[in-house]
Amino acid sequence: MTTGIIAHRSEAVGHDGFAQLLWAEWTKFRTVRGSVIALGAAALVIALLSFVSASGDRFSFCPTGRSSCTSRHPAVPTGPGGEPVTDSFMFVHQPLVGNGVVTARVTSLSGRPVGGGPIGAPRATMQPVLVPWAKAGIMVERDTSQGAAYAAVMVTGTHGVRMQYDYTHDAPGLPGAVAMSSPRWLRLTRIGDIITGYDSTDGSHWSKIGTARFRDLPSAVQIGLFVTSPAYIPSGSNIGNPSVATASFDEVSVRGDLLTNSWTGDAIGASATFYPLLSTASSWHRLARNAFTITGSGDIAPRVGGSVFNGDMGGSILIGAIPGLIVLIVVATLFVTSEYRRGLIRITLTASPRRGRVFAAKALVVGSAAFAAGLVGTALAVVIVHHVLIANGNYLLPVSRLTEARVIVGTALLLAVAAVLALALGTAFRRGAAAVVTAIVLLVLPLILVYTLPAGESNWLMRLTPTAAFAVQGTQPSSPLVASAYTVKNGYYPLAPWAGLAVLCGYAAIALASATWLLRRRDV
Amino acid sequence: MREALHAEWTKLRTLASTSWLLLSTAILTVGMSAAVVAASSYQPFGYQDTPKLSLTGIDIGQAVVSILAVLMMSNEYSTGMIRTTLTAAPRRLVVLAAKATLLTGAAVAGGIVAVSGCLVAGRLILPSKGFTVAHGYPLLSLAHGATLRAAGGSVLYLVLVSLFSLGVTTAIRDSATAIGVVLGFLYLFPLLAQVVTDPAWHRHLEQIGPMTAGLAIQATTDLRSLPISPWAGLGVLALWAGAALATGGILLRLRDA
Repeated sequence: MTTGIIAHRSEAVGHDGFAQLLWAEWTKFRTVRGSVIALGAAALVIALLSFVSASGDRFSFCPTGRSSCTSRHPAVPTGPGGEPVTDSFMFVHQPLVGNGVVTARVTSLSGRPVGGGPIGAPRATMQPVLVPWAKAGIMVERDTSQGAAYAAVMVTGTHGVRMQYDYTHDAPGLPGAVAMSSPRWLRLTRIGDIITGYDSTDGSHWSKIGTARFRDLPSAVQIGLFVTSPAYIPSGSNIGNPSVATASFDEVSVRGDLLTNSWTGDAIGASATFYPLLSTASSWHRLARNAFTITGSGDIAPRVGGSVFNGDMGGSILIGAIPGLIVLIVVATLFVTSEYRRGLIRITLTASPRRGRVFAAKALVVGSAAFAAGLVGTALAVVIVHHVLIANGNYLLPVSRLTEARVIVGTALLLAVAAVLALALGTAFRRGAAAVVTAIVLLVLPLILVYTLPAGESNWLMRLTPTAAFAVQGTQPSSPLVASAYTVKNGYYPLAPWAGLAVLCGYAAIALASATWLLRRRDV
Repeated sequence: MREALHAEWTKLRTLASTSWLLLSTAILTVGMSAAVVAASSYQPFGYQDTPKLSLTGIDIGQAVVSILAVLMMSNEYSTGMIRTTLTAAPRRLVVLAAKATLLTGAAVAGGIVAVSGCLVAGRLILPSKGFTVAHGYPLLSLAHGATLRAAGGSVLYLVLVSLFSLGVTTAIRDSATAIGVVLGFLYLFPLLAQVVTDPAWHRHLEQIGPMTAGLAIQATTDLRSLPISPWAGLGVLALWAGAALATGGILLRLRDA
């Protein structure tokens, strides 16, 4: 009784502080033993389930049956800029000393997906498909090691002629596909440290595509013809099949100082882990003095997620966050529905009759508590998952400290806003069960659908439902130069991290406004 | 038992929420199935299990059915009615059995409406999405044995989920916590199984999860690749429901009300 009087008097003299209200709500929250235990449990369960999930995420790749399984990821080459790259292709090459010009005509490029393992083994081959970034062309490379600096002009599956160098640089040339009736002439010139690429439809009218400047390019470089073909990703799939491409070259000519003038074929970066191990002898044929047929598999590009080699921290942390989320939804709902059940709400609203402020104080208390629990749990999870995934032989793409911090803080904010949403639903429904089910169905069910339905078809769920907020956990890099399986299951979200969180905030804001309105309007 | 059934039936039918929840189960299930089917499209490579796709709405229907099951028991505790109930019918397990029987009936009724609606929606929408006879997809029909099993099994699935929820609530007594536990068990396994890449772990998780195992009943094609056979999967869910009811029953007997 005294509290009521004090509150009224302090209001009268202008001391009805929001701070007191917060203090009162905090006291209510922390003195219920169940909710404090649940907060700790939420943090613990996030770390624990992340650990369980990461433990089951182990690298194991069996290209040619059970006996060939490897449990450690193959070495990942780094490009001249230090970034992880993919660098495997068939290269028919020889050294060139000093300046020179390489010219070749490509008359055909075709491809097909294959099962993993050496070509020639009796495996189901699928319908011919030329993948978008299948590449065939001419290259100047510092040396034949993986990740070496290079510049190349090439025809591609669907991206026309391109000049690319050092894995990340790309410039478009002639559009359209290559065919016997519309061949493509390609040319690279090397003058000192500068390599320039040209293309032409007839071999007499050349247009420049681009220029690459290198530092300290040695006098002797490797020049030659190359073919490669990245993974084929069937529509709706989360994983790709290796593919091979075959190209026909003719009119091959080199002006410059060739030491031996004899061509050697090498499968660069060949390892039987994902791309088929091509037999060097059968993958290139010299048809005439200046005509070749070459078959290759692999890619020359920046490394992105969504491939069989990569582990993704995001997936494990997401799984850990789900049970934590459910616990916090229950805690937040009970924080208000138990007041209704026990009639405490009448005392609360007698003590401070301004209902909007009471509700704001409740939201702030429960949101902060959920944020704290989420922060501790996710921070633990990030450290644990990182170690477990690496111990399991997975390759993790480098993630900056800033991005890691964003995952931790973003996930904690997600849990805080979800708790506030649950509180608002609890206030609106005044029934625990209905509020908890609504919150869980809104936040968790869309994720199950996105994971279990064919990839891509249900991406709209990750834009429109509160589940969009899980975009804060996205860390995987993508590149326009790689057509990978950029799906939610592989850690690619259709919305940017903070935009996804904003969607959840929008839902929470609508729920808060409705709950405040209902609380003001209804009798208790 | 007859008196107990009669008493529970009176409680169930005189609550406005019962009919609302059953109606919502049907509407949400059919609505979600229709939305998922409408968002899908025929792909030349890979085969889509269209009966299973049409029954996707069960994912949400189970959440609503479990509210019904949870409230059936938690309302007794939140209102103090449980003391009256147990004074009138002191054999507590009989009370629980009566509740379970009526819940089964309610879930069957709601489930039949929901599942029929899903199949009708699939039959109407699928052909316009390219799933035509010409592409190897016959119209959905209960005359097809596997489709009948998927449809009937989905109704049984809803029944078992509601019994599982009843058991959990009898043990926990609080509605919000109970529904959180139920949905946690249902939804966590499919997510965990998707993230785990180790093939053995993946299979075992799908075999023991109440939702992943139970929904194996909806598969109509490529049964060999399933982690668990359809009826065995439903059996796993029945074990979960049985274990929850047993735990709830024991606690109901042992604890003061």
